[in-house]
Amino acid sequence: MSTRRFLLTAAGLTVLAIAGTFLLDPYRNYQLAVIAATFCAAAGLTLLIGVSGQLSLGHAALMAAGGYGYALAANALTDAGVDGVPRFLLAFLAALAASGMLGLLLGLAAARLSGPYLAGVTLALVVALPAFAAVFGGVLGGDQGLQIAFDGVPAPLRMLVALEQWQAWVAILVTAVVVTGIAAIRRGGAGLKMRAIAADRTAARLSGVRAGRVQVGAFTASALAAGAGGAILCFVTQSVSPGGYTLAFSLLLVVAVVVGGLGSIGGAAVGSAIVVLLPWLIGTLTGALDLPAEIEQRLAGNLGVFVFGVLLIVVMAARPGGLAAAVPVSWRRRGRRAPASVAPEPEVVDVDALPHHPTATSETER
Amino acid sequence: MDATPRSAAHAAAPAPSPDAAATPPPSAPPTAPAHPTPRLAVDGLTVAFGGLTALDDVGFAVEAGQILALIGPNGAGKTTAFNAVCGLVRPKSGRILLDGAPAPARPSLLRDHGVARTLQGLGLFDGLSVLDHVRLPQPQPRGRAAGERARAELERHGLGDLADRPVQTLPYPERKRVALARALVADPRLLLLDEPAGGLGEDDIDALGRTVREVAAGGCAVLLVEHHVDFVLGLADRVVVLDFGRVIAAGSPEAIRGDAAVEAAYLGLQASA
Amino acid sequence: MDRLLFLLATGLARGAVFALFALSLVLIWRAARIVNFAQGAMAVTAAYVAFAVTALTGSYWVGLASGLAAAALLGLAVERGVMRFASHASPLSGVIIAIGLVMVLQSLLGMLAGQTVRPMAAPFDESPIVVGGVPILSPYDAFVLVVALAVMAGLALLFGRTSLGLQLRAAAFAPEVSRLLGVRAARMTTIGWMLSAAVAALAALLLIPTELGLNPHSTDVLFVYAFAVAVVGGLDSPAGALVGGLVVGVAMSLVTGYLGATVAPIAVLVLLVGVLLVRPGGIFSAREARTA
Repeated sequence: MSTRRFLLTAAGLTVLAIAGTFLLDPYRNYQLAVIAATFCAAAGLTLLIGVSGQLSLGHAALMAAGGYGYALAANALTDAGVDGVPRFLLAFLAALAASGMLGLLLGLAAARLSGPYLAGVTLALVVALPAFAAVFGGVLGGDQGLQIAFDGVPAPLRMLVALEQWQAWVAILVTAVVVTGIAAIRRGGAGLKMRAIAADRTAARLSGVRAGRVQVGAFTASALAAGAGGAILCFVTQSVSPGGYTLAFSLLLVVAVVVGGLGSIGGAAVGSAIVVLLPWLIGTLTGALDLPAEIEQRLAGNLGVFVFGVLLIVVMAARPGGLAAAVPVSWRRRGRRAPASVAPEPEVVDVDALPHHPTATSETER
Repeated sequence: MDATPRSAAHAAAPAPSPDAAATPPPSAPPTAPAHPTPRLAVDGLTVAFGGLTALDDVGFAVEAGQILALIGPNGAGKTTAFNAVCGLVRPKSGRILLDGAPAPARPSLLRDHGVARTLQGLGLFDGLSVLDHVRLPQPQPRGRAAGERARAELERHGLGDLADRPVQTLPYPERKRVALARALVADPRLLLLDEPAGGLGEDDIDALGRTVREVAAGGCAVLLVEHHVDFVLGLADRVVVLDFGRVIAAGSPEAIRGDAAVEAAYLGLQASA
Repeated sequence: MDRLLFLLATGLARGAVFALFALSLVLIWRAARIVNFAQGAMAVTAAYVAFAVTALTGSYWVGLASGLAAAALLGLAVERGVMRFASHASPLSGVIIAIGLVMVLQSLLGMLAGQTVRPMAAPFDESPIVVGGVPILSPYDAFVLVVALAVMAGLALLFGRTSLGLQLRAAAFAPEVSRLLGVRAARMTTIGWMLSAAVAALAALLLIPTELGLNPHSTDVLFVYAFAVAVVGGLDSPAGALVGGLVVGVAMSLVTGYLGATVAPIAVLVLLVGVLLVRPGGIFSAREARTA
C-alpha cells in the first residue's frame, strides 16, 4: 500500500467515524470517546506486543501519566488565564511528555532485556500507582485525583453539536493522528526491524539492527500512544484519579490486543470496543435482573473480568491470530502485489514467531 | 572457475613456513602493498565458558579475496571462534583485528564495518517475506532503493520469483540461499559462513561454491566453517584445523589433506610423532 | 536505634518469606522455563481455602494444611489443564495465558467471596517480644522466620540429596536425555508445579495475617516483591533467591519503618528499575547479561 493510499484510508476512516457520531445519542457518543481513548493505548500496545514482541502489563499506568500530565498542565494554564484550543494543545503536549519520559525510563531499564523482565517492571509500576498518588498527594490529589476546568463546545458549533458529540470528535481526531502514527511506524523500517528482533534477535543484530535501541523506541512509542489515550480520558471526564487506572485496566488492554489479534491495528480497534462495551453490557444485564445489592455488585465488577480471562486463555491457546485471523487470506497484504480492492489489512503476526529464547550466548549489548 | 590457492605472505600462528609470495586478487588496485593488512586477524584468542576452555590461543588471518576454511571435529570450537569474531562471546584474552583495527564489541556494529555472517541455524525471521529479509540490512530498509537492490540480490541467487513468499514456507535449500542473500546484500568485505553446505544436495553445493568464489573474486575475504571436507578442500585457498580449541594444523588444502595430525583428530587414532 | 533492631529483625522475617515465594518462581522457571505470573493468584486462592477451612474447623493448622493441599491440586490442574496449551516457540504465550488465569481466579474469588479485605487470625502473638526495653521480634514473626528457613532447607535437601530431587533437576535441565535414562519427565514437571504452588501458598499464608490481609488482590504486591527478589538474585539461582529475599525484605522493612507503608510499592519499583539500569545481570548474577 503506497503512502498516499495509507493516508487516504486513515482520513477516510476518520471522516466515517465523525459522521457516525451524528447517529448516536449522547451516552453512546461518550462511550465512543472512551473507546477511542482505549484504542489509542491498544494500538500502541499491539505494536509493542505483536510487532516487537515485548509484553507490558502496566500500560494503564502510562495512560495515567498522560492523564495526570494533561490535568496538571491544564490546571496550571487555567490559572495563568489560558483556555480553549491553546490550553488543550499545550496540555496534550504535557501529557505526551509525561508518558513519553516515563516510557523511555522503563524502556531503558527493561526493554533491552529479553523475557519477562519488562512485564515484571511494568507490573510493578501499575501496582505502585496508588502509592504515587498518595505520596505526592499534594500535587496529584491522592485517591480523589485531580479535576480540570470544563471545556465546553466552542461557540461557533454550540448550536449544531451537543457536548458529548463534540468530545467524541476531539477524541476521534486525536486518536486518528496517534493511531496513524503507530501504523506508520509499523509499516516502516522501524516496524520491520522490530519484527526481525522479535523473530531472532541475534540474527537481527548481525544484520545491523540496533536491537536495544529499537526495542526502547517501540516501548516509548507505545507509551506516547497510551499517554494520548489518558489525556483524552481526562478531557472527556474532566478528571483523573488512580482508581481509573488499575492493574485490572492494564490487563483489559492486553485482552483488547490479544482478542483483536497481536500486531493488528484494526483488531485493536475491535478489541477496544469489546473491552469497553462488554462490561457495560454485563452491568446493564445484572441490573435488569432483580438481585440483592451485594450480589449484584460482586457480579457486576467480576463477571466481565472472568469472561475476559477465559477469552484470553482460549484465544492464546486455540487461535493466536485473534479476530484478525478471521479476515480472509486474500485481504492480507502480500508485498507489492496486493489486489487493488484490498481493505486496510490487519497484518497478522504469527504468535509462534514471537521471541524465541536467544541462543545461549553471553551478550553484553545494551 | 578454479580456486587458485593463494598463500598468505604473512603466517598465522602456529603455521608452517610461508609459501610463495602473494599474488594480488584480480580486482585489487594495481598499487596494492606487498604485505597488505589482513582483512581479519585473530591472535592468541582464548575463550572459556566457566571451567571449559573452548578456544585456546587460536590465531589465523584472512586476506582480502582469500577463502579460509576452519575445519575440525565436532566441538572443536569453530562456531565459538565465529561467535568471538562477531562479538557474541567475550574472549578471555587475545585480539581480533579487522583491517588492523580492533573488531567492534557489539554484533550490531558489524554490518557497518563490512562484516556479514550466516548462522548455523539460519536465523531467518519467520513471518517475514523473503524480500523483507534482504531489505533489512540496508539503510532505509523500506525505501525504493532498498527494494530494488534487494530484488537484484535475490535474482542473483535465483530467488527472484520467491520474493514475496513468507520465508517459513520455503524448503531448506531456498532458505539457505535467503540467508546468504541477506548476508551479501550489504556488500560485505568479510563474510563468515557457518556450515553453508550442511543439508544441501550436490547441485546446491556446486552453486554455493560458485557464489563463494565470485564473492571472493570481488575482493571480499571469506572465512568458512564446514564439515563437508571435500567441498572445503576444493574451495579454500587456505585451511586451518581446530581440535579441542587448539589449532593443530594450517596450510594449503593439499598439505592438510595429507596431515597425520588432522587425520588423527578426525578418526581418533594415535597421532604419530 | 531500638527501632532499627526491630526493623531489621522483622525485615529478615519478611525477607525470608519473599525468598520463599521467589524460590517458588525459581522452581517453575527451572522446570518450565517460564515466569509464572499467576503464582500470586494461585497462592491467594489457596489462602481462601485455608481461611474457609479454619472458619469451619476452628483450627489454624488444619486450615494451613488444607491450603497447602489445595495449592498443590491447583498447581496440578493449571499445569495439566491450562499451561500445556502454551506455545513452546514463544515465551510470550505462556505469560499471557498466566495473565488470563489471574483474571479468572481473582474474579471467581471476587464473585464468591466479595472484595472486602478479611482479617485472618495468626496463630501466635503479633506484638513484639521486648528484651531489655528493646522490641525485637514478635512470636509470630519468629514463627514465620523459622518456617521459611526450615522449608528452604528442606527444599535444598530434597533437590540436593534425594533421588526425587535429582530426577526433578534432570527433567528440568534435559528432558529428552533424562527420559532416556528412565526419568518420567512429564511427571517431574507436574510435581515441580505442585511443589512450587504449595511453597508459594505457604509464603502467602505466612504474610497474609499480618501484612497483606485476605482479598483477591492481596498477593499482587507479594508477587512484585518476589519478582524484585528474582531480579536481584537471579531467576535461576535458589541461593540468589535466599540472599535476594533477605536483602529486599530488610530494605522494605527499613523503608516502611522510616518512610511509611504507603511508600513501599514505590520503593520496590525504584529498586527494580535501579538494579536493571545499573546491573542488568542482577547483583549476584554470574552471567554477563540477563537473557531470560
